[in-house]
Amino acid sequence: MTETGQHWSRSRSVDPILAVERVRKEFRSPRGAVAALRDVTFTLAEGEFACIVGPSGCGKSTLLSIVAGLERPNGGRVLFAGRQVTGPGAERAMVFQEPALFPWLSVRGNVEFALKLRGMGRGERREQAERLLELVGLLRFQGLHPHELSGGMKQRAQLARALAVGSRLLLMDEPFGALDAQTREDLYEEVQRIWAAGTSVLLVTHDVREAVVLADRVLVMTPAPGSIKREVPVPLPRPRRPDGHEVVDVAAEVREALRSEPVTASVSGGRHGR
Amino acid sequence: MVARVARALVFYAALVGVWQALAVFGPWPSYLFPSPRSVLRSLWVDLQAGVLLEATAMSLRRLAVGYLMASGLGSVIGAATATWRWARDTVGSLVLGLQSLPSITWLPLAVLWFGLSERAIMFVTVMGSLFAISISIRSGVETVPPVLKRAALTLGARPWQLLLHVVLPAIIPSVMQGLKLGWSFAWRSLMAGELLVVSMSLGHLLNVGRDLNDVSRVAAVMLVIVAVGITVDRLLFGQAERVVRERWGLEEAAG
Repeated sequence: MTETGQHWSRSRSVDPILAVERVRKEFRSPRGAVAALRDVTFTLAEGEFACIVGPSGCGKSTLLSIVAGLERPNGGRVLFAGRQVTGPGAERAMVFQEPALFPWLSVRGNVEFALKLRGMGRGERREQAERLLELVGLLRFQGLHPHELSGGMKQRAQLARALAVGSRLLLMDEPFGALDAQTREDLYEEVQRIWAAGTSVLLVTHDVREAVVLADRVLVMTPAPGSIKREVPVPLPRPRRPDGHEVVDVAAEVREALRSEPVTASVSGGRHGR
Repeated sequence: MVARVARALVFYAALVGVWQALAVFGPWPSYLFPSPRSVLRSLWVDLQAGVLLEATAMSLRRLAVGYLMASGLGSVIGAATATWRWARDTVGSLVLGLQSLPSITWLPLAVLWFGLSERAIMFVTVMGSLFAISISIRSGVETVPPVLKRAALTLGARPWQLLLHVVLPAIIPSVMQGLKLGWSFAWRSLMAGELLVVSMSLGHLLNVGRDLNDVSRVAAVMLVIVAVGITVDRLLFGQAERVVRERWGLEEAAG
């Protein structure tokens, strides 16, 4: 934790913690190569909260996997804190939409997982896990196994697990996609609280309202092959309510950007050699 | 629970009743269709003479050795075929093919290679269970949810940690299943093998009963084989499997 911000807002530092440069990705299929991402370029400032929205199948989850280092781009590069990403690492922990908790471990065991990998002692591990579980409101449920948890509790546990490694950048792949509206809104507050404590967040979603509630900046993607079509800043004070009228207004703007014909989509310059 | 036990008791009591009635009133002679009582007597005689215990012990010893060999070898083959494509294309396809052979078809080959010997029995037992075990292990490794591995990687797991802390625990339920399946295959193959070879064992006792036209003895030994099977199945594997499935959240605790 390098800086401790005020409650809901923080000044951004200038250095980007993440720079995605002209990332390109193709998948091989029986019918030939299918372009998934085309020249995706954007940066994320230290401490910034950015959301990527786009139509389903536009490659936004693939983009997140590439940032996580779980997949390799076919072209372009990803820089994290100035160094090129070549594989996954704990400084870029990820929260998944699918049930990604280890089913054979208790909630606390899941949170301690990464600490154990690093050889942290038992007592210290437990202390840290309990602190994080308290942060996400799961302390009372630490002994349960994942299949005994509700959908919202599972996502809270994943969040605590990702935070345990002390990531500087939290990657979230449609983390609330499977939750009901009420649970989702509770988690918005949770995530904003965590973000305010000093983590940068890159969150992928197809829910425009969600993106506007959470983000400093919304990155709008084109349909496949995906690229960043527009960036919509969200200069609203926090905490934001999903039905507040400023949020609704900005969401309308983002929706408009999503809908509009890809006239602005011709990303700077086509393909000159690299 | 009480109701279930009572239901089972009533069922088996009725079964024995019908059996007795058929033995008394049925059209078959008693040397072909023994009464429950004569089977029990036969069981008692063999038990007292120590024959049954000795035979059971012998069979279980063989089973243990053959099963351990098959489990070890099967785990290696299963893990290898799940991990490496070249192993899957070669050994993996062979295993799938051989799995379709009923274990008794290994017998003639075993006798030709090893004669009527201990090794022939072992061979049949191992061959009978090896493929089922390796296929279960392979499918266990192959079906570890990718998202668990991805999650572990973004939490900073190295490849060996991924294997030790994610893949190994994740496959435990299918390993359990494979070992259970393997045991029952091994048990069946062993009985087939023992039928042929003269040695004090359960399979051999069956054969002796047939040679002597002692149908009660044949039925008695069959009962013992069933008893051993149920004991191992229920007590050993059943319990272990239940614990694992509950822990892994594969089913709700039985209500």
